[in-house]
Amino acid sequence: MNKNEMNLNFNEEVVFKLRSLFEKYGFSQYKMNKFEEYDLYARNKDFLISDSVITFTDTNGKLMALKPDVTLSIIKNTDDLPTTLQKVYYNENVYRIAKGTNTFKEIMQVGLECFGDIDSYRISEVITLACKSLTSISDASVLDISHLGIINGVCDSFNIPSYAKKEIFKYISEKNTHELNSLCNKLDLNEENAETLKALASISGKADMVIPYLCELLDGIIDKELLSDFNNILNSLNDEIKEMVRIDFSVVSDTHFYNAIVFKGFINGVPVSVLSGGQYDKLLQKMKRKSGAIGFAVYLDALDRLVEVKKEYDVDTVIVYDNNTDLAVLSNKVQEIQKNGQSVFACKVIPSELKYRELLKLTD
Amino acid sequence: MKTMLNVALPKGRLGEKVYAMFEKSGFECPSIKENNRKLIFENEEIGVRYFWVKPSDVAIYVERGAADIGVAGKDILLEYTPDVYELLDLNLGKCKMAVAAKADFRDDKQRTLKVATKFTNIAQQHYLSKGRDIDIIHLNGSIEIAPILGLSDVIVDIVETGTTLKENNLEVKETIVPISARLISNKTSYKFKSELINKIVTEISALLEA
Repeated sequence: MNKNEMNLNFNEEVVFKLRSLFEKYGFSQYKMNKFEEYDLYARNKDFLISDSVITFTDTNGKLMALKPDVTLSIIKNTDDLPTTLQKVYYNENVYRIAKGTNTFKEIMQVGLECFGDIDSYRISEVITLACKSLTSISDASVLDISHLGIINGVCDSFNIPSYAKKEIFKYISEKNTHELNSLCNKLDLNEENAETLKALASISGKADMVIPYLCELLDGIIDKELLSDFNNILNSLNDEIKEMVRIDFSVVSDTHFYNAIVFKGFINGVPVSVLSGGQYDKLLQKMKRKSGAIGFAVYLDALDRLVEVKKEYDVDTVIVYDNNTDLAVLSNKVQEIQKNGQSVFACKVIPSELKYRELLKLTD
Repeated sequence: MKTMLNVALPKGRLGEKVYAMFEKSGFECPSIKENNRKLIFENEEIGVRYFWVKPSDVAIYVERGAADIGVAGKDILLEYTPDVYELLDLNLGKCKMAVAAKADFRDDKQRTLKVATKFTNIAQQHYLSKGRDIDIIHLNGSIEIAPILGLSDVIVDIVETGTTLKENNLEVKETIVPISARLISNKTSYKFKSELINKIVTEISALLEA
């Protein structure tokens, strides 16, 4: 049975495509429990997008939670094998507070994680998969890539105190050059250094344009090897993927957990990012593990804006019957209509809200 | 059909000043000056569509993508913290977010400080950074009378000239942050309409520097 025959809705079709894409690259599905011990989230609260978690006490007295996140559970339940590689994907519901409201929302999330020896090839593969995930949803998509090591390296080179680093990261994430300028003045940073930070905040472009500019801008400021590794990874991508990738340092993830490359995916017509990921070796270190890690998640709830399903009718045909209608005749008529690929609603009284194309009466 | 850039402008005097800035920068839309009750105006030739919205709603329109760019006060951005790019400080609508109280007010650190405000988030963040225990009283207007009637010890509010405070026997005790109008952009729009958005930013920056 193909997916058209299965009559999938848009989100289901996306899940179907992503699963097939991930499996092609050797990822195997990771199925997890709906619940997780609350302690796991309490210990890593800062890693969560929202720190509110739905909890309940299990029959054994343990405080449990409905998963607000998938990554933490997967890390907890997989072995720490730093010299080999584990590749998993998931398709799970998570429960988070929706922004601007005080209510929890069930969010369908599809994503993948790699643990173990994360080399340049692996990073390039995950970036490729992130781009392919986006194109499986829409051709009008871009992947913004940033490198936390570069921003950190620049801040360290300018001797920016740790209390101000958070603000620098925030303003870069907002492309907020005017506040960045005020902060640099407050920190007594020289004009040249302030301009470098402002340039980083403003950058947004394809790698072949941006990398040479970065080499010049950051010459003598950060370790050359860092930039060259970044360049090698981006260079290794095939042309189709390179077209989609933009270097944009406004992608900033929590530096307590993420390191090096981080990225976000955008689709034209969807106002928020629909994909988010990166390297999170630091989270694993916090969880006393030696493996490296990289992964991403696709947020399916964000895709609602892409599909405007305007159904003219709820059902193709309504059959009205009464107590005297021959049941065999009714049943045959229903099957006959369905065989023609149409939907049918048989009833004695038509619900007032129901919109139908055709009406068939099997009454006297 | 030409792709239009949707621009949310704050209704009122500030919005009119902001539009004048867009107009001077080459993004004019003559129909906006017609005296009628229309809220949406477009200039298809240059690909810009303006609409007037309540100032406090601009950030929501932009964050949710109904507008690609917009102009919102820094107070709204700090209070609502929308996930948007803040591209320019327009240096318009300048004022400050401040703590005000009766002239003879003295902060008794042994008591929980009662703070009346419309800007709950800003007030909370401000006192959190100082480690001060507070009781937030959310009000929607006439904040100035809260200390007079003993509802609160202090207020956190926008102060423009300070006249309203003075007339109610209050005075500024502390400035939290300077406020002005900011040009903001939806993050996705910035990816797909970057050429026009950057053109607007460049032209308005040049105007501000002139």
